[in-house]
Amino acid sequence: MRKYFQVIGIGLQNNLQYRVNYLTRTLFSFIPLFAMLSLWRTIYADNAGAGEHSGFTREQMIFYYMLVAVVDVFTAVNEDDWQIAADIREGAISQFLLKPVDYLWYRLALFFSGRIAFISMAALPLGIFIFCFRQYFLLPPDAGTFVVFLLSLVLTALLQFFISFAMAMLSFWLLEISTFIFILFAFEYLASGHLFPLDVLPPALKQVLFVLPFPYMLYFPIQIYMGKVAGAGLWQGMATQCLWVLVAYGFARFMWRRGVKHYEAFGG
Amino acid sequence: MNLSSLKRYLGLYAALWKNSVTREMSFKGNFILWIFVEILWFGLQLSFVSVIFSQTKTIGTWTQWQMVLLVGASNFIQQLYQAFFLTNCTNLSELVRTGKMDFLLLLPVNTRFLVSLRVVDLGAFVNALFAVCVMTFAAVKLQLHPTLGQFLGFGALCLVGILIHYSLMFILATICFWTVRAQGIVWGYYNLFNIARMPDEAFRGAFKAVFTFALPVLLVSNVPVRVLADKFYAPRAWLLLLGAGLLWAMIAEWFWRFSLRRYTSASS
Repeated sequence: MRKYFQVIGIGLQNNLQYRVNYLTRTLFSFIPLFAMLSLWRTIYADNAGAGEHSGFTREQMIFYYMLVAVVDVFTAVNEDDWQIAADIREGAISQFLLKPVDYLWYRLALFFSGRIAFISMAALPLGIFIFCFRQYFLLPPDAGTFVVFLLSLVLTALLQFFISFAMAMLSFWLLEISTFIFILFAFEYLASGHLFPLDVLPPALKQVLFVLPFPYMLYFPIQIYMGKVAGAGLWQGMATQCLWVLVAYGFARFMWRRGVKHYEAFGG
Repeated sequence: MNLSSLKRYLGLYAALWKNSVTREMSFKGNFILWIFVEILWFGLQLSFVSVIFSQTKTIGTWTQWQMVLLVGASNFIQQLYQAFFLTNCTNLSELVRTGKMDFLLLLPVNTRFLVSLRVVDLGAFVNALFAVCVMTFAAVKLQLHPTLGQFLGFGALCLVGILIHYSLMFILATICFWTVRAQGIVWGYYNLFNIARMPDEAFRGAFKAVFTFALPVLLVSNVPVRVLADKFYAPRAWLLLLGAGLLWAMIAEWFWRFSLRRYTSASS
């Protein structure tokens, strides 16, 4: 366990090199975020009944997108999958087959340190942004909900990471995997609630989506924070999220084993 | 530029095209997959329109099919820009980092011509065609009967839009002469042009002013669509677009020359 803490430390130092990169990334992402807020404000201003169907008030709709930005900063994978793919393509992976370091945990530690570095740079601009829109800021219904939200946030990050890791394993077989990453990302973008809260969809479609892992990659923790899910539904959701994390972990492991086998056969 | 040098450059460009075709055809599977990725993201934008309009009848004066026309036009402009320029712009930092820039500077050809037009992204033409199909469908739904003048106006304004895309992106790419690591550039570009497909009437205040007058992203597809869809537009709107296009093209050229003077090659 201690060696992975070392990895986190080193990863943190490496990632902090890209401070300016993280800062500009965060600042640029405010443009579409702000555009989205303006769009919904216009819609709610023109239609008194805009939120009837989704159950989102104007304030909740604006706050939703702010929470998306926050959860994204905490949990999104941004460079990890590309780096893993490059490691495999360029053969840097070989050294991990010899060392007593597990590559998956090693990458998870790096993912963790990358998130800490990113949060530390994004916190200030994001904080200012939220401060500017503080009239829309909502608190969670109670302290217990907030704790469950934090727990779900961790599970979300793990799910994001394991799925990206499994995807990156395709590099063992293919030279170019960016198309596959973008295809998966397109589905995730839509079905995880990045573009709009899933409540605006017809209920039947929403139910179908909740069978898939995507809502648990962003939407679910937001739903918890906003008090849109409670009681039995909350625990059922948490259980489903845990299940998806385990499945994704198992799948990542499986892909890794198959990949390494193929890699050895290829190199040997 | 006299006729013989024009002929020479056209000949050069034809050779670059031939090169690009050969390259694309050697990775056929990848070529088709990238087209699929772009279609998927285009579909995503269209599904967002249908979700938005399940909540409201209009955004300002924009109706659903008018917004489909807008998203289509925005994608059309972006794909054409991508076909000619995008790959080249994103490659600029790589040319600087690896020192290949030295070689290009030595060639007896205008360096900006080479840097900007070296590679042609053929798949983007296919996707531009898809955008035209979507626009045609929307135009039929709107029962539009554009005159020849409207068509020509639309085409000319799209060209100005491509010029703006190219100029802004080229400025972003030229920053790599200062900071060699410029991965954030494409990210910045996508975030910036993300709002080009939003109806202008969704915005007001400082945000609208900035993205209309300073960075004319909100004009790029809104003005041509207004011309095509018989929507009201102030005559100065297209003058503004044209002026902004020329101004940004001039700034881009100036910035390129200014940056080139700073270039000291990667190896020394």
